[in-house]
Amino acid sequence: MADGKGLGRITTSGLAFGALMAILIVISLWLFVAQPWWFPTLASVHGAEIDSVFNAVLIVTGIAFVVTQALLGYFVARYGSAGNEKADYWHDNPKGEFLLLTGTALILVVLVFMGQRVWIKYYFTKSPEDAVTVQVTAQQFMWNFHYPGADGKFGRTDLRLVTPTNLIGLDEKDEASKDDIVTAGEMHVPMNKPVVVRLRSKDVIHSFHLPFQRVKQDAVPGLAIEVSFTPNLAGAYEIACAELCGAQHYKMKGSITVDPSEADFDSWLKAKLSERTGD
Amino acid sequence: MSVLSQILRRGSILPPPPTHHDGDSGGGSSSAFPISKGYLATWILMTAVTMLFAGLSSAYIVLRGVPEWQNITVPRLVWANTLILFASSIAIEFARSAVRKDQLDAVRQWLSVSGILGFGFLVSQLLVWRQLVNAGVYLSTTIHSSFFYVLTGAHALHLAGGLIGLVVVLRRAFTNGMTARDHEPLRVWALYWHFMDVIWIYCFLLLLLA
Amino acid sequence: MTDTHGHHHEGEHDHPKLGFWRKYVFSTDHKVIGIQYLITAMSMAIIGGTLSLLMRLQLGWPHGSFRFLANLMPKAFDSQGHMNADFYLSLVTMHGTIMVFFLFTAVLTGGFGNFLIPLQIGARDMAFPFLNALSYWIFLASCIVIFSALLVEGGAPLGGWTSYAPLSALPDAGPGQGTGMTLWISAIALFTASGLMGGLNYITTILTMRTKGLSMMRLPLTQWSLLITAVLGLLAFPVLLAAAILLVFDRTGGTSFFIPGGIVLGNKLIEHTGGHPLLWQHLFWFFGHPEVYIVILPAMGIASDILATFCRKPIFSYKMMVYAMVAISGLSFIVWGHHMFVSGMSPFLGSVFTITTLLIAVPSAVKTFNWLGTIWGARIRFTSPALFSIGFVSLFVSGGLSGIFLGTSAADIQMQDTYFVVAHFHLVMAIAPLFAAYGGLYFWFPKMFGRMMNETLGKIHFWASFVGVYCVFFPMHVLGIGGQMRRIYDPLNYEFLQPQQVLNVFISVSAFFLAAAQILFLVNFFSSIWAGKRVLVNNPWQATTLEWETPCPTGHGNFGPELPVVHRWAFDYSAPGAKEDFVPQTAPAVPARQL
Repeated sequence: MADGKGLGRITTSGLAFGALMAILIVISLWLFVAQPWWFPTLASVHGAEIDSVFNAVLIVTGIAFVVTQALLGYFVARYGSAGNEKADYWHDNPKGEFLLLTGTALILVVLVFMGQRVWIKYYFTKSPEDAVTVQVTAQQFMWNFHYPGADGKFGRTDLRLVTPTNLIGLDEKDEASKDDIVTAGEMHVPMNKPVVVRLRSKDVIHSFHLPFQRVKQDAVPGLAIEVSFTPNLAGAYEIACAELCGAQHYKMKGSITVDPSEADFDSWLKAKLSERTGD
Repeated sequence: MSVLSQILRRGSILPPPPTHHDGDSGGGSSSAFPISKGYLATWILMTAVTMLFAGLSSAYIVLRGVPEWQNITVPRLVWANTLILFASSIAIEFARSAVRKDQLDAVRQWLSVSGILGFGFLVSQLLVWRQLVNAGVYLSTTIHSSFFYVLTGAHALHLAGGLIGLVVVLRRAFTNGMTARDHEPLRVWALYWHFMDVIWIYCFLLLLLA
Repeated sequence: MTDTHGHHHEGEHDHPKLGFWRKYVFSTDHKVIGIQYLITAMSMAIIGGTLSLLMRLQLGWPHGSFRFLANLMPKAFDSQGHMNADFYLSLVTMHGTIMVFFLFTAVLTGGFGNFLIPLQIGARDMAFPFLNALSYWIFLASCIVIFSALLVEGGAPLGGWTSYAPLSALPDAGPGQGTGMTLWISAIALFTASGLMGGLNYITTILTMRTKGLSMMRLPLTQWSLLITAVLGLLAFPVLLAAAILLVFDRTGGTSFFIPGGIVLGNKLIEHTGGHPLLWQHLFWFFGHPEVYIVILPAMGIASDILATFCRKPIFSYKMMVYAMVAISGLSFIVWGHHMFVSGMSPFLGSVFTITTLLIAVPSAVKTFNWLGTIWGARIRFTSPALFSIGFVSLFVSGGLSGIFLGTSAADIQMQDTYFVVAHFHLVMAIAPLFAAYGGLYFWFPKMFGRMMNETLGKIHFWASFVGVYCVFFPMHVLGIGGQMRRIYDPLNYEFLQPQQVLNVFISVSAFFLAAAQILFLVNFFSSIWAGKRVLVNNPWQATTLEWETPCPTGHGNFGPELPVVHRWAFDYSAPGAKEDFVPQTAPAVPARQL
């Protein structure tokens, strides 16, 4: 038999597989480069950095994907056999392996650094003093929003005071509660101002997800978790629950409206306050 | 070089393969493994049991830090239980030295002692739980009590399993199935039983040092 | 050993002929047990697959009216024929649970592990044959228990296969959290016991019963993968059991391991207090991440060996393949937090887990390069098993690369709990191993049953499935990027998801096509057992490993009077100077000129 060096036979199966790989590559380029469906419109400041981390990973993995699937398709097409031919006994290349291994590791290290810069910034940057603070209390199957009102102080809440009309257990006897705003299912924030969301849950684990603002944080019973963002595109957006919380999980939709100006935001707050206090 | 030693060294009396079979770095060494099947299987079982207790105790360690933690008073009977368990292990060692001298009568006696003490431990554990219940400390009373019942309960279940194993060993002892040369079931069971001691000490310290 | 005094040869057992039940049902023969595992796992696959088709029906047409199904399952549908939301979630939960445990872990570790280990190491059976049989029957019991969870009054659990607490710890938190959940936990406990018995057997057998000359570095990669997987199972499953025990007590014993204070159900504060709400996730994923490697590692081993066989070429860099598997399994214990980046876990820990997670990508990449290196310069024989092992490589690449997005914590913020994750784990943990398993079934079928599966049907099965899986799972990446969350009964409820609903329709239609292709396989498999082309040689594929020394099908005792002696590694394909393009492991080492 021949020693196996050199190209094998091109077979129908090999060609068919190679063709499928080519089609796969074309379709993936269409989906991921032409992007007929893609991210929801970007609507926050930090979201741009999250998207750029995603895109960096996309470029790296995209190249790896195309190269590997193409090589796979090519080798399978090119190295068929008719039956009894010998292949090339070559099965070791320590230097090549070492290069590929360290190359892969280096690329991944770079990606780690890029991602961690954004991660650390997101979680470890202190929010400015003038941030709009909202307490978000998740429950099966809705979102409750609690604003501190003009005095900037949140009224005391106590879960023993929860009733069907006082879902967050606001203690009306507390002075600070007088001007608090409590809404169900809808929140407003002013554009271009930092927002701090303090997340809580009354029952099971939910997840506060703002797809357009690139915010996602689990709301965990027993924990109070802060997450912040700065919306920079006015409009009405949806809030989703991103952690399975029971049968009506799919219905746990909320709305977040980014008001184009602080004045709009303030008038919404005023309107909600009068609704609550009945003035 | 004798044929036998060639076979033992290279697994073959034929010359080594030509160099282009370079992928084969295995060599012709014999596949004898230094530990017996039973012993290895017991170590494997012990590893799995260790991981079970590791899971339970890591939960304990995490929850130890919550503000709602409340200590319970562990009944002092557990100290006596610990001694009973140790005694049962010591009895095994007497049995082991007896089997090494082919003294099967002594083997049977010491194994029986060990079994009785082991069973006594279980009974005494039930008494400890009874004492707790009488003091109003149930599974759900505090996190500490929950773990007390779960950890000691898991240990007791595994110990009970060990007692079932003892039945097998005793059967061998009573039908003259053990010699100084070959007393594999005793070795294997002793390993597991001593391991039960280790798990007990671990749980005991964890629960007491709350 | 032969003996002039007429003693029984080794391997011929001195027992009376076994009746039908002892021989084919309650057997302690590892081959029978392996086939029992395979067939049981296949049955579970049919159930799990059907559940997924029901899911796809709902996702493709969320407001659709399915009268035919509503008549069959009146409790799951409303009077207009719409699927109920809680039924949908129970489908999700049971599909995941059945597939991960009762199909993939069972078929790869239980099925192939049992059948192949003694054969490939030159032993007559496992170290503990009775324990082995017991492991199967307990596995079967666990299958029956999990199936019954589908039938109980309160419904099957609906917390996902991940069953997060406190939802799963509070029976009052919703439907399906009652008896169904208890059955779920019981099934998992039984499965863990079965798995432990199996793993004990595998490790002991591979370490202590290898035949003469079979050193560790001469083992086929299938054996290495099964050994490493067994060790992983040993270390990971008991932690799941610990979590399950604590969960049972939270549900029925009034304890509060996972239930913190301050929970309000039905407008009343409940009495539990003191638990840690993230504890379940930590325990579960400490098990859960090694579990995904428990599924993929045997698949890698099997696919590697089959690839080498049909490429007529040694696996590229065998040693590194072994080291990579060891590295992957070790690292698998320190990456679990990447499932919890947005869970409320400390962001610092999040950074640590990002680093370890991207580390584990390195040995996986090494293995991919080596598969490519195996095919480069090969002479591929395009049989069904060959095609499936080649398909495995493509699918592993696709599925593995999307993991990099998810391991990068900053990118994960947007991708967590979306269909991007669903795409990732299906490709890498379900479909790639499925292809490896199919390759294994076509490959070892003659060894199991003495007949060949139909090659034409096999090839159609491959091409249809390969196209089908990409059509089903590739678009899911885009769905996830577009924001579709997991476990959502009606995506159309969200306006921002409506424009991409066409993808859901495409996926659902493809899923039905893919399912139809699997029927081809089932028909082929079962009809070939009785009517397939008989195999008259020991080694129809001309492979090198020890099982091919035995007849097709292998008889009781596996090898003849003498156990085989191994003289070389498992990959002497196209060895230069050899007469044929393969040299079996048992072929003695002779000087070059004699070959």
